[in-house]
Amino acid sequence: MKAGRCLALMMGLALWASAASAAQDMVLWHSYRGAELKALDSVVKSFNNEQSTIKLETISIPYEAMASKLEVAIPRGHGPDLFIYAHEKAGAWSANELLSVVPQAQAQWAQQNMLPQAFKGVSVGAAVYGYPLAVKSAALFVNTALVKEPIKSVDDFGALKGKPGIYPLVYETDSFYFHAPWFLGLGGSPLDAQGKVALNTPAFAESLDLVRGFQERQWVPQEVTATLVNNLFNGGQAAAVMTGPWFLGEIKKEVAYEVRPLPKLANGQAATPFLTVEALWVAQTSANAQAAHQVARYLADASSAQIRLHQGRQVVPLASAWRGDGEREIPQDLLAFYEQAQVSVVMDNRPEMSLVWEPAQLALQNVLRDGVPAQEAMAKAAHRAAAIQKPLPPAQSPTVYLILLSLLVLAGMAYLIRGVVRINQQGRGKQSAVGWLWTLPAMIPTLLLVILPFVFSLGLAFYAHDKGSFTFVGLAHFKDILFAQTFDLLKPLSFYYALAVTILWTLSNVSLHVAIGVLLAVALNQKGLRLSGWFRVILILPWAVPNYITALIWKGMFHKQFGAINAVLNSLDLEDISWFSSFGTAFFANLCTNIWLGFPFMMVVALGALQSIPSNIYEAAQVDGATPSQQFWMITCPNLLKPMIPALMLGCIWTFNQFNIIYLVSGGAPDNSTDILITEAWRWAFARQGRYGYAAAYAALIFVLMLVLFQLQKKVNQWQTQK
Amino acid sequence: MANAKIKSSWQWAAYGLLGCATVVTLYPLLWVVKTAFSPSQTLDPSPNPLPNAFDFTHFSHLFTAAEQGAHFGDYFMNSLMVALATAFLGVILSCTAGYAFSRLRFGGQDKGLALFILTQVIPGVVMLIPLYLILEKLRLLDSLMGLVLCYAATSVPFCTWMLKGFFDSLPKEMEEAAWVDGANTWTVFTQIVLPVSRPAVAVAFLFSFMTAWNEFILAATLLNAPAKYTIPVALQKYIGAYQAAWGSFAAGALLASIPVMLLFFYLQKHLVSGLTSGSVKG
Repeated sequence: MKAGRCLALMMGLALWASAASAAQDMVLWHSYRGAELKALDSVVKSFNNEQSTIKLETISIPYEAMASKLEVAIPRGHGPDLFIYAHEKAGAWSANELLSVVPQAQAQWAQQNMLPQAFKGVSVGAAVYGYPLAVKSAALFVNTALVKEPIKSVDDFGALKGKPGIYPLVYETDSFYFHAPWFLGLGGSPLDAQGKVALNTPAFAESLDLVRGFQERQWVPQEVTATLVNNLFNGGQAAAVMTGPWFLGEIKKEVAYEVRPLPKLANGQAATPFLTVEALWVAQTSANAQAAHQVARYLADASSAQIRLHQGRQVVPLASAWRGDGEREIPQDLLAFYEQAQVSVVMDNRPEMSLVWEPAQLALQNVLRDGVPAQEAMAKAAHRAAAIQKPLPPAQSPTVYLILLSLLVLAGMAYLIRGVVRINQQGRGKQSAVGWLWTLPAMIPTLLLVILPFVFSLGLAFYAHDKGSFTFVGLAHFKDILFAQTFDLLKPLSFYYALAVTILWTLSNVSLHVAIGVLLAVALNQKGLRLSGWFRVILILPWAVPNYITALIWKGMFHKQFGAINAVLNSLDLEDISWFSSFGTAFFANLCTNIWLGFPFMMVVALGALQSIPSNIYEAAQVDGATPSQQFWMITCPNLLKPMIPALMLGCIWTFNQFNIIYLVSGGAPDNSTDILITEAWRWAFARQGRYGYAAAYAALIFVLMLVLFQLQKKVNQWQTQK
Repeated sequence: MANAKIKSSWQWAAYGLLGCATVVTLYPLLWVVKTAFSPSQTLDPSPNPLPNAFDFTHFSHLFTAAEQGAHFGDYFMNSLMVALATAFLGVILSCTAGYAFSRLRFGGQDKGLALFILTQVIPGVVMLIPLYLILEKLRLLDSLMGLVLCYAATSVPFCTWMLKGFFDSLPKEMEEAAWVDGANTWTVFTQIVLPVSRPAVAVAFLFSFMTAWNEFILAATLLNAPAKYTIPVALQKYIGAYQAAWGSFAAGALLASIPVMLLFFYLQKHLVSGLTSGSVKG
C-alpha cells in the first residue's frame, strides 16, 4: 500500500527526531487552547508515563485550517494517527474513508458508558467512528444580582424587562445554532429522513414568530455577536445570556452568575439546544490503527475524564465521571451543562446538515433585521435550500472530451513548433534562444508551482464532487452557471448578478482609491509642508497591519446598536442605520473598509507619479497666471494618468479578488446580495457541501474574465502610445 | 503678495485634509492597540478607541505559551527567515527575466510576458491541493524550504512585470555606450542597469516579503511541526471554533506589523519611484 509506505517514511522521520527512544511514536492533532489544552497535555503526559511502548505526541493546528488539512493529509498518509474534531464531519469523513471504524468491544463500551446523544453523534449507520471527549451545548447564564426569580418559561423574561439599559436575554439571534433551542423545542427537525432540508414546517414558523416577539418587546438586542454577548453580560447589561460552556472562562470575577437549564416553551416542552460532540478519531491511514484505538480508549476513559473535567473544565460525556472521585467537588456550572446536554438534540452528522445553515440564517435575518413576515421568510429559505441542494449533473462519458483535449494539445504543439520554425527562418533563432534563457529562472518556478497547479484545478471544473467521489460531468457546471439554470438571472446566487456586483465593487473601489490617493499625494507634495514625513508614515499604516483583524474592527464599527458610526450619527441627531440589512448600506460598509485598506497604495504611487512631473511646466504655468486649481486640472491630472496605469491594473485585480473584506465585513448580507464572484465560489466549495467542481468552474470563469480585462488594458495601452 | 496668500491658504487646506485622513486612518488601528493592551480577550465595541489600560499579559503570554518548546519568538524568526528568503529569491529569479522582456528581442516574447501577467489573476483558493501533491513529489512537505519555493513562485510573475516596467523607463544611452565598448549583455545588466534600478528592486523585494509575511492557509496546510510555524499560523490558533482570543491575536498582530512598518519606512523613498514605471527622471 502506497499510503502505508509514506507513513512508514514519516514514522522513520519521527523516530529520527526522537533519537534514542525505542517506543513507537503516535501523533495526535487538535486545536485546543487554554485550559482544554493544559488538560490534554496532562492526560497525554500521564499516558506516556504509564507505559513505554507508545510515545504519544500532540500537535496543535489552527482550527480554521484543520478540516482541509486533514482532508489532504490523511488520504496521502501524511496525517496524524489520531485527531480531535467536532462530530459534524463524521458522515462526510466516514464516506471519504478518512476514519477508522471503532472495534466492536470499544464501541460497546462507548454505548454503555457515554451520554446517549454523544454516542449517536459519533455513529454513522450501524458503525461507530469516534470516542466522545466533550459535549457542548447552549444553556442559560443568569446574572444572579439581576435575577432573583427562577426563569421557568420564556414568558418569565418579560418580568426581567424593566430597568432601562438592561436586556432580559442576550444571545446571537441571527445565528441558527442559537435559534435551534426554540425550533427543536417546538418539535422541529432541520433535516428529514432523506437528508433534505426541512425548514418549511410549522415548527420553524412558530419559532420565527417567537423570536420576532422577543425583539419587538425588546427582550433581546439586535444584531448580536459573540463579542456583544460577552460585553453585555460582563457589563451587567444582560440579565441572562444563552451561550455555551466556552463562555465560562470569559466571565469577569465581579459578575455573580449561575448556569441554568433553558426555559420551557409555550407547548410545555423545554427549549432544546443542539449538542456538538468533540471526539477523538483514528485516521484510517494510521500505521498502527489497532494501537491507536487503544490510545483513544485511554483518552476517553475515566482517569482522563477526571482530568479533562476538573482541569480542562470540559463537559465530559462519560456518565461515571459525574459521580465524583471522592476527592474533588463536581463544579456546579459544568454539571448544569451536563444536565442541559441530557435535554438536547445531537446535531445531525450527515453531510447534508451543512446545507441547513444558509437558508435558516437567511430566514432569521429576514425576520429579525428586515421585519419580513415568517411565511415569506420561509418561502425565501425554501427557495435557497432548493437552489443549493440541486441534484448533481448526470455523469458523462469523457471520450469526446478526451479527443477534444488531445486535439487541443496537438494544436498547441503545432502552434509552438510553427512559431519556432518561423523564428529560425527569420534568422532570429540564436537571439531568441538567448532571450528565453534569460527568462528561465523566472519561468521554471512559475510553470511548476503556479501554472501547473492551476491547470490541474481547472480540470476539476469538469467533475462533480459528492462525499469524496468525483464523477466526470463535462461542461455541465459551465452550462449551469452561464445559463443561470437554477437561479433567477438577476438575483443573488446567479453568476451574472455576482458579476455585476463585482464590477460595481471593483470600479467604485479603484476610482475612490485613486481619487483619495491622488488628493492626499497632492497635499503631501506641497512644498514646505511640515510633518510630511510623519503623515506619510501614518497614512501607510492600514497597508501594514494584517487585514484580518482590521476588517473585523470595521465590522464592529458598523454595528447597529453599539457601533461607533451609529454613535456619531446619533450625536448629530440622525437616526440609526441598520447597516447590513440592505444592499446599499452593506455595500457601503464593505466599500469604506476596503477604501481604508487600499488608499495608501494609490497614494504612494501617485506621490511617485507627481514627482516625475517636471517642475518647469508648473513654473511656466505660473508665469502665464494659472491658478492652483487650473494647474491641478490642466497639468497634474493628465500627467498622472500614464505612470499610474500599472498600479491601476494591479488595483483592479486585487479588488476583483478581494475575499477577506466581503467575507469578514458583510459576509454577503443581506441575502448574499453583496457577495462577489470570489466569495460565491468559496461558498460553493466550502460552505455548501463541497461542490468543488462547481467552484472550480467559477474560478475558471473568473480567470477568463480577467483575461478579457487584460486584453482590454493592452488595447488601451496601445491606443495611449499611438496618441 | 496675493500669490503668497493663495499659497498659504492651500497649505492650510492640505493640513486639514491630511489631519482628517490621519484621524480616519488611526481610529480603527487604535482599537488593535487597545485590544492588545487590555487585560481581556474581547473586542470592545465602545466608540472610544483609546486604551483604558496598559496591561502586558497578552504580550508576555505570546512569549511564554510554548508548544514543544516553540513560542512567538521562534515563529517570528521562522516568518522572518521565510519572508527574507522569499524576497531575495523572488528578486533574484525575476530580475533577468524582467531585463530580457524589456531589452532583448526574441520570438514569442509578448506571449511569454502575457503568461506572467495572467498568473496574477489566478484565484489562490483553488491551488491548495495540487500544490500539496507537487510538494509531496518534491519531498518538501512540512519544510520551510517548500514554503519559500511556493511563495517565491507566486511573487516572481509580479516582480518580473514590475521590473520590466522599470527597465523600460531607463534611458537607453548608457547601455548603448557600453555596447559600443564591446561589453556583453551580462556585463551591461550587472554593471550598468542593476545599480541604477535600486528603487524597483526595493519594491519587488517588499512585495515578495509581504506575500510571505501574511500568508496563512498554505503555511497551515503544509507545516506540521509547531517549531516550524510562521506568525500567521501561530496567530490563527487564537481563533477557535467557538470563541476567539482577540487580546492575544491583537498583540501578535501588532508585533507582526513592526517589521513591515520598518521596511516601509526604510524603503519609502524607493517605493515612490519604483512603483511608477516611466517616472524616473533622466
